[in-house]
Amino acid sequence: MIAAKTPVSHVVIMILAWGVPVAAEEVSLHGFVQGNYAARITGQELSGPEGGDVFLGEERLQIKLATSSQGSAFFLKTDAFRDAVARITDLDVREAHIDVRAGALDLRLGRQIITWGVGDLLFLNDVFPKDYAAFFSGRPLEYLKIGSDAAKVDVFTDVVSVELVVIPFFQADQLPSSRRFFAFDPFPGVPRVTEEPRAELGNAETALRLSRNLLGFDAAVYASRGFFTTPGMRPDNPASPTQVTLFFPRLATYGASAQGNALGGVMALEAAYYDSVDDRTGRDPAIPNSTVRYLVGYQRQPWSDLTTGIQYYGEYVFDYGPYRDALSPGFPAQDRLRQLLTVRLTQLLRYQTLRLSFFAFYSPTDEDYDLIPEVRYSVTDALWGAIGANLFGGKTETTAFGQLNRNDNVYVVARYEF
Amino acid sequence: MKTWGGRCGPALVVLLAMAMQSAPAVAADATETVRKSQSAFFEAGRDFQARVKMTLITREGQQRLRDLTMLRKNGEAGAQKYFMYFHSPADVAGMTFMVYKFPNRDDDRWLFIPAINLVNRIAARDSRSSFVGSDFTYEDISGRDLSADAHTLVTEDQIGGRKVYVVESTPRSPAEYARKLAWIDQTTFLPLKEEYYDVQDALYKVFTADEIKEVQGFPTAVKRTMVNVKTGHKTEVVFERVQYEVGLGDDLFSERYLRRPPERWIK
Repeated sequence: MIAAKTPVSHVVIMILAWGVPVAAEEVSLHGFVQGNYAARITGQELSGPEGGDVFLGEERLQIKLATSSQGSAFFLKTDAFRDAVARITDLDVREAHIDVRAGALDLRLGRQIITWGVGDLLFLNDVFPKDYAAFFSGRPLEYLKIGSDAAKVDVFTDVVSVELVVIPFFQADQLPSSRRFFAFDPFPGVPRVTEEPRAELGNAETALRLSRNLLGFDAAVYASRGFFTTPGMRPDNPASPTQVTLFFPRLATYGASAQGNALGGVMALEAAYYDSVDDRTGRDPAIPNSTVRYLVGYQRQPWSDLTTGIQYYGEYVFDYGPYRDALSPGFPAQDRLRQLLTVRLTQLLRYQTLRLSFFAFYSPTDEDYDLIPEVRYSVTDALWGAIGANLFGGKTETTAFGQLNRNDNVYVVARYEF
Repeated sequence: MKTWGGRCGPALVVLLAMAMQSAPAVAADATETVRKSQSAFFEAGRDFQARVKMTLITREGQQRLRDLTMLRKNGEAGAQKYFMYFHSPADVAGMTFMVYKFPNRDDDRWLFIPAINLVNRIAARDSRSSFVGSDFTYEDISGRDLSADAHTLVTEDQIGGRKVYVVESTPRSPAEYARKLAWIDQTTFLPLKEEYYDVQDALYKVFTADEIKEVQGFPTAVKRTMVNVKTGHKTEVVFERVQYEVGLGDDLFSERYLRRPPERWIK
């Protein structure tokens, strides 16, 4: 679970040390109570206590506390939840940060969610941690993003806005776990150990974003230095492994994006070069090769309260020859160019209380997909409920969505906000 | 002849004079009236700040509330910038919405979603979409291009003791309505009432300015209602703490403040 990895006490102590702004002028308290459940509909079950049909069952209380005073602010968003599948009750500090504003400079210290780039559910220059397990089991979209324990400095000038992020504490993506999901595992049954980058100054991730308006487009360039947030897998002995080490290779990224009105809608363009620092020759099969990733997106409103969006995404692998040569026999190979299309349709009805939405990922190269239909209804201003599904499929069970083929699920969410 | 002329002459002269004066001028006058009306209703002052409370009421009487702070700054040649901060309901609390409005081309619109700390551009072509689920469209909130409709003066009338022009506006290309009648105050140029007709020429939406107050010399419709007569749904809007000429800077309408709304202005 995410909460287990959250350095709760750490964050709290840091905040206490900084001191909550005294004599706060504005204090606001909001939050919600939520029930969220998902069940596999393929009739297949995994072994183990968490492998049943119902692989998500939780009740959650979120508290959002915000105070502000004369240019400084404090924000805390904490969830207390009961995970009925794992039978645990825990806390999850989603965000906890202090903001200071001084002239052209904004500073945010603490646990914070950072979202960069212009893709819709596709992330190129957003190298910040994500929870794909949450996303694939029908938890609300906000749970796709995980907070980073970071310092962020923004500087605003007439020429350009600068954002600099420093994250001393590595945070990996949460991937669908083998306890709850059917997923491809090249080393089934082999015990594994995880080696995360330690909290050291030399391991601090840094990310930079420069942005400004250019000819009516929101333009930005990005650079980052850190680690892949999804692990590489290294067996102790490739022929007959007795242990697999999950590790996080070094990564540097460089990219750019632009978004603005065009062709009667909104056009988005983004590209990123992923420099796989620990495997620049491409010969290490345990480490992803360097890639270039690009995205073209377009959204428009063909009629009232209907939003449509399409995206085309590509991921080109460098040093493909060495990669194929180094790959152990029997291992599935990534294509030299992986392509992905997405479609979004959102129709609001009944004074926007009823939302019908559909999102689809489809890869013509991997020949796999994830279809996500959802109906959401706001009963009152405070109460809404949603029912939806994740429908996966693919030609093989080794691709990104194909491996989730047996996890087709239906989910429900009900939330009371205050 | 003399008798006839003596009886009817002055009236005829007046009628002729009116016809000569107004025949070519009526259309231009109607457009000018609508221009003045838009200016009074959507563009008063150099800038503007208000707390806006919209109550959405169903036919059955169920109510929903949209509570937001609206900031507006006028630019050059009819361009405007809008900034909105949502206080409630809870599921949109903390969201900010920014619009750069340009005459005769698509608006730029941005939405900030705090839950994922995301600023996103929004497709804006369709101004007919409902504003936050209310009976008001985006156009009803921030205005419609003057040249998008042909305007004609239908008559002059009185509403609540105030003299009004009644102007009919017909879209030049398909729009939400097939025609609109507006009762425009001859003194303040605020629309006191508007009726929207669909392609079957059936009345479906009625706007009324329910309370007008003078704020810093600018007549302001501080209470307004839009009723959908077909569905029975209506939206009542109250503008509180209205202020003009507050000195909003251009830098306010930026991604920086979308992400971290300016405390000073959004209360």
